[in-house]
Amino acid sequence: MGMTMVEKILAKATGQAAVKAGDVVEPRIDLAMSHENGALVINQFAEIYKNTGLEAKVWDPSRIAIIFDHRVPAESSKTATNQKKIRDFLIRQGIRKFHDIRGDEGGICHQILPEYGYVRPGTVLVGTDSHTTSHGALGAFAFGIGATEMASVWALGHGLNVEVPGTIKVTVKGKFPPFVLPKDLILFLIGKISAEGANFKVIEFHGPAIRDMSTSGRLVLCNMSVEAGATSGIVPPDAETVRYLREEAGVQDKLDLFGPDADAAYDQVIEVDVSTLAPQIACPHKVDNVKSVDQVTGVKVNQIVVGSCTNGRLDDIAIVASVLKGRKVAKGTRLLVFPASTRIFRKALQKGYIADLMEAGAVVMNSGCGPCLGVHQGALADGDFALATTNRNFKGRMGNPNAEVYLCSPAVAAASALTGVISDPRTLPPLRLESEKPKAARKGQAGAPKRVVKKAVKRVAKKPAVKRVKKVTKKPAKKPAKKVVKKSVKKATKRPFKKQVKKPSKKPLKKPSLKTPKRRK
Amino acid sequence: MAKVIIKLGADISTDIIYPGRFMATVLPTETPQYCFADMSEFNRQLKAKEIPAGSVIVADKNFGCGSSREQAASCIKGWELKVIAKDFARIFMQNAINLGLDMVICPAIEASEGDEVEIVGGKVRNLASGKEFDIVALPKARQAIIDAGGLIPYTRKKILEKRG
Repeated sequence: MGMTMVEKILAKATGQAAVKAGDVVEPRIDLAMSHENGALVINQFAEIYKNTGLEAKVWDPSRIAIIFDHRVPAESSKTATNQKKIRDFLIRQGIRKFHDIRGDEGGICHQILPEYGYVRPGTVLVGTDSHTTSHGALGAFAFGIGATEMASVWALGHGLNVEVPGTIKVTVKGKFPPFVLPKDLILFLIGKISAEGANFKVIEFHGPAIRDMSTSGRLVLCNMSVEAGATSGIVPPDAETVRYLREEAGVQDKLDLFGPDADAAYDQVIEVDVSTLAPQIACPHKVDNVKSVDQVTGVKVNQIVVGSCTNGRLDDIAIVASVLKGRKVAKGTRLLVFPASTRIFRKALQKGYIADLMEAGAVVMNSGCGPCLGVHQGALADGDFALATTNRNFKGRMGNPNAEVYLCSPAVAAASALTGVISDPRTLPPLRLESEKPKAARKGQAGAPKRVVKKAVKRVAKKPAVKRVKKVTKKPAKKPAKKVVKKSVKKATKRPFKKQVKKPSKKPLKKPSLKTPKRRK
Repeated sequence: MAKVIIKLGADISTDIIYPGRFMATVLPTETPQYCFADMSEFNRQLKAKEIPAGSVIVADKNFGCGSSREQAASCIKGWELKVIAKDFARIFMQNAINLGLDMVICPAIEASEGDEVEIVGGKVRNLASGKEFDIVALPKARQAIIDAGGLIPYTRKKILEKRG
């Protein structure tokens, strides 16, 4: 019997010809990542060496990476002191893969690692963060561990008593419809298999829709695999992996590219056809409480958050910027955008996305994790409803147990920012109206986004409206917001964006857009 | 014999056990004050020392899902509570084993707040109902760590063997 992707990686990492699910192994670790919780790792690391008479030295400083992202710049003296303690430790130990609070090379750890070429296919990567699963997007076996376990890795350079996980094979077919994104696929999957459906297992992604997907999209899938309980998500490396590593991450050295054996043994096989997939929403307070967008359309949202290690990349920001360009965020709704890394932030600046977002009313924040887990900025009020492209909606997740968090794709976030209520991006008006489209832009753009979008509108309009959630439990604070709520709840799917269609056509944009809505390939 | 002090549902996340906003506090000696901080009454009882050591938290499936924050295990361990759950999320379970938190996997557990339970011969016995429920052993791969009294002493032993 052949080996799955993770079995092959663990065989390689232990120098064995083969391992199988259930075996207990001690794989060497290729990269060990921590963020501010490195402060606890340092503490536990010192504990290990206590009374041994040995000097506490990490096994290999070149294999340790530290990225400050959770509370940057520090929100309290306590955090600042932890960060200082880590900096001092790094210098003493000679650890160079360090990303401090900087505009040139800072960002969220799960963006920095791929971006700087620290992740390689076929390697074993551990991180003191549950979303370390992200790096499976580049064909690594990457999983989250606690701080004490990391201290042990720092000391020994290998994992202790790791049980080789079984694998769930997910084959994804079809082409993503307009405004349906990898986030919708992973939310759909989590809803299907539940928050613990993949506990102690790896999810291996296959199929034409994965082959056609950019690394950015694959990072979304692997990132949120942990929300189904998975030890890791993994995409067997292919031409796109190589392209990303060479062109975007600047990796020069030889890559060890391999996939699973054709006759590998899987615990479970799941097939998904994305061509019929609708945008998905994870409703409070569990990530597996997933509904199709039309079941929650109309819920008023006070705050929309776009960013995080899940959906804070350039293509995510491009979608939101292209929808909001020349329009306004609904009054009574706050839109916060935080790019996943400062490199992405700078690219978004160059492309004009940041200006488009700010002119629309968005608040653009520095790269970091802050609002996603309620540790730094963007806290919610009692009774607030939030819609976020982040990864968790547990009670209290965004800093207030008396608030409700919905999770969605950047496309849903953008559409909802315009209306102030959860909205279906497929019912958006054409993104670029004829009047505002310069001839030069039309020329070389075979994608004809306008046509595609129109089609989508028609198709959706024909569908009978499924159950509408009319749960607008709160008294909307301001009148204009109230109007919007009523309208879109009453009118159901037909043309909830009618108002927005008219506005821009009456007042043609000053700056004609050259951009097509960015779609993942 | 110990008393069930609280009964919780499924998918109790680390955000419930140890809210993210207290994550700057890392030391096991300091984390217990924020244990279940958003369940204010339970947190108050803990801090007022109204809950004796050895008391039991009973939970449904997937206890400790979410973040890898070790504070979620260390804050419960700090109050010396035992957790009996139908099952645990992977990272939480490993953190708990590494720190030596008293935990029991009991897929069929039935107990209410106030019930007295005891663990006898691989079973949880609920003295209030008289029923017994099978315990599932912790992953055997981790038994050596449990036997050593946690991951720190276990790793220390490994290092000394290596250099020895």
